[in-house]
Amino acid sequence: MVGEFQFEKPILELKQKISDLKDFTKSAEVDLSSEIEKLEIRLTKLEKDIYSNITPWDRVQIARHPNRPTTLDYISRLFTDFFECHGDRTFGDDEAIVGGIAKFKGLPITIIGHQRGKDTKENIRRNFGMPHPEGYRKALRLMKQADKFNRPIICFIDTKGAYPGKSAEERGQSEAIARNLFEMGGFTVPIVCIVIGEGGSGGALALGVGNHIFMLENSTYSVISPEGAASILWKDSGQAKKAAESMKITAPDLKKLKVIDDIIPEVKGGAHKDVDEQAAEIEKVLVRSLKELTMMDKEALVVHRYEKFKNIGEVSFLKDYIEVH
Amino acid sequence: MLKDFFTKSKKKYATIPSENGKQEVPEGILTKCPNCKKIMYSKECIKNLKVCSHCGYHHPMNSQERIDSFLDEQSFQELNGDMVSGNPLQFPGYEDKLEKDRQKTNLNDAVKTGIGKVSGMKVVVAIMDPTFRMGSMGSVVGEKITRAIEKAHELSVPFIIFTASGGARMQEGALSLMQMAKTSVALKRLSDQGGLFISIMTHPTTGGVSASFASLGDYNFAEPGALIGFAGKRVIEQTIREELPEDFQTSEFQLKHGQLDAIISRSELKDQLTTILDIHQPKGVVEW
Repeated sequence: MVGEFQFEKPILELKQKISDLKDFTKSAEVDLSSEIEKLEIRLTKLEKDIYSNITPWDRVQIARHPNRPTTLDYISRLFTDFFECHGDRTFGDDEAIVGGIAKFKGLPITIIGHQRGKDTKENIRRNFGMPHPEGYRKALRLMKQADKFNRPIICFIDTKGAYPGKSAEERGQSEAIARNLFEMGGFTVPIVCIVIGEGGSGGALALGVGNHIFMLENSTYSVISPEGAASILWKDSGQAKKAAESMKITAPDLKKLKVIDDIIPEVKGGAHKDVDEQAAEIEKVLVRSLKELTMMDKEALVVHRYEKFKNIGEVSFLKDYIEVH
Repeated sequence: MLKDFFTKSKKKYATIPSENGKQEVPEGILTKCPNCKKIMYSKECIKNLKVCSHCGYHHPMNSQERIDSFLDEQSFQELNGDMVSGNPLQFPGYEDKLEKDRQKTNLNDAVKTGIGKVSGMKVVVAIMDPTFRMGSMGSVVGEKITRAIEKAHELSVPFIIFTASGGARMQEGALSLMQMAKTSVALKRLSDQGGLFISIMTHPTTGGVSASFASLGDYNFAEPGALIGFAGKRVIEQTIREELPEDFQTSEFQLKHGQLDAIISRSELKDQLTTILDIHQPKGVVEW
């Protein structure tokens, strides 16, 4: 089946078997309900086994699923009165990032996110969700506006990374990303970031300096794509699977490393299986997060963000190092 | 016997030059410029701040050479020199690579930070060293730079950085990525307090380093001919499948595209820094 994964195959086969049996009972005069019941119990167990033993590479595949919900899918389900704003006021409008104002349960907010396309045509328009400098600068403009009007900022992260192109370099993509990191450090409103798909390198981080950072269960967040890492480390992009495992790019790994605050559970088999239910899960987390952050005063929010990033990383001192080794 | 007659004259040892003797063989007397291929006396080259006297090519400098080149003599005091990296991701082979570079370079990681003086004016400096893991940024580089920024804030003195880095260190994954945010947020705090930050980009400044502190100076400078950019040239060529201009991602390219205040050659750097630092010294009372 299109868009299904190898690791899910046993589940799909069993599901097929159950539905075949159900059809059979309808047409024939045989009672198979006990068999069906048994199979359904087996299915629940199988689903539990498979989805709880999902490998990092499986998660990469889920995060890249063509039908995985995008920023705009969630915006329409989570917010009301969304009004999209365009342009960086300097060069152009980058459709790989969308942003605007909206209400979340009545609270005015600013929402910004990377936007992939769902088909080839839209992907070309949106540059496959890989921003140019004008995209980051649009995001920064909207964040400054949010800061001015005291609105919390919500960022959805979903990009393979910054666009590796001549035009992006010419327009200062390094500076554009750096500037966002710098300015996001100083905003006096709550910033909540949620990785909803792929969080690739600086292009992702440019929307990622938040008071709270969450990841959907099957999303990934990394310094470089597994393919890129494999080609640099082992000169072979075919070893992406190995890289995905060594680089610790999944939500559970990053929670352990204290890069993210929490994991947002996903619908069984991936967010694409039920967008409404997934949006409801995100909503719960957003409510909890904003409830906490909107209680804090402006200065405390800045300090909170500073301390959060100050504490990421692992270092030791040579004296201890010698004792340990 | 005939046999004895022959063995007697056989020498049972060989003459091997002693270790000391070996070291006396002069090595590295001459340095060849990779740009113009002309040859210079190494001593002369070092005296000339490792700049080729024929074509002006700037040879790479390690952190100690850099310190000697622009700080007042004996003024450098190192901070957090014994900070070392762990292996947070348990990345295969990472510890060995670190150990090897520690032996090779006599450094603990890819940046040296400390307090020093430029023409008598106190500054906090961070100097990245391209000889250690290609100057890549992991937790230690991020943390040392952040602590240096905090020190500059605490002492109310300018912060100067010399960048030289291939980007984020892959073996520390997302932790490396987050160092970009950590250092940038620290610079924001310094900036909000009115602190001065000067970034001097040297060859190479790419990836995560160019997309964080390197680009955030109140003044951004670069050495001539340095490679400065975010995405690798090869990656870009593969993506857009077109030839890139010859000066693509050089200092000169960045100056042309508005990313630098100036390109400053090594020989003029100390004077130029002195001028800028002097303008930013706490103001005295001006008598009109």
